[in-house]
Amino acid sequence: MTDILTIARQFIQALPFSRALAMELTELGAGSATITMPWDARLVGDPATGVLHGGAISALMDTASGASVMSHPAAPTSTATLDLRIDYMRPATPGQSITARAECHHVTRSVAFVRVTACDEDTARPVAMGTGAFTLERPKGPAA
Amino acid sequence: MKRPEPVQVIKSRRDTALAALVGAVPYIEFLGIRFDRRGDELTAWLPYSEMLIGNPSLPALHGGVTASFLEVTALIGLAWSCLWDDLEAGRIDPARVAAGQLPPLPKTIDFTVDYLRAGLPRDCYARATVNRSGRRFASVQVEAWQDNHARPFALGSVHCLMPEDTQDGGA
Repeated sequence: MTDILTIARQFIQALPFSRALAMELTELGAGSATITMPWDARLVGDPATGVLHGGAISALMDTASGASVMSHPAAPTSTATLDLRIDYMRPATPGQSITARAECHHVTRSVAFVRVTACDEDTARPVAMGTGAFTLERPKGPAA
Repeated sequence: MKRPEPVQVIKSRRDTALAALVGAVPYIEFLGIRFDRRGDELTAWLPYSEMLIGNPSLPALHGGVTASFLEVTALIGLAWSCLWDDLEAGRIDPARVAAGQLPPLPKTIDFTVDYLRAGLPRDCYARATVNRSGRRFASVQVEAWQDNHARPFALGSVHCLMPEDTQDGGA
């Protein structure tokens, strides 16, 4: 499992935008993924408060969601976001890193369904929650 | 009878206000998003840069870039429409706006992105439509396209909480 986590970590860090946001994969399960993004002054949406822009949190949640699909036992060869809906419950606390945990809870032949939660250091009160539908490309070959 | 202001004075006041609004948000500068203004109408423009790639093998823009671009366009579009009304009606002092004393930004309540096709490694454009802007809530739609406006690559829908009424020099 450590190897898979290492490979997946390198994969996330090879995505230029994920790297620009300093995203780091910290956990990968069978259809679940956790990615952390540090607070950064450049990602702030409201300079009066120092709160991160919703778009940066959306980017983190989208990445964690895609990673959870790729880690699903269906072993997809690739995935892409079809839609993502995010509810912002509260502003992220300035200075704290954000952690998104995504769970790919159901897959069909060609679609994966994901739930994702983003928290700052106060893990009891999520910053944002989302649901998404993703495409699922299965490996070619004889049908199972 | 009062003579109309010279057009350059009006343009300069509006451009300065827009620059103050956009320049206040670090994340907009980080992504490199700019806004083109024609009258009250804004078009967001995201020039391509390699940082924006999510899938290097295709290559395609990162889904988070698309989401961010839509959300930025929606929020600035909404804030600009309010600022425009305040400026035109003389409810807000352009000198204060130019000095960066802007009304608080609306806050995103929820945000839905519809990814229609992969974002190509090219410039992106987006426009927001404020479908409703009430005292407390607003509903904004946004579409993003690349080469061809008739073929959008992503659509967004954003609900916002409007800032508390701070006019008349409130807190």
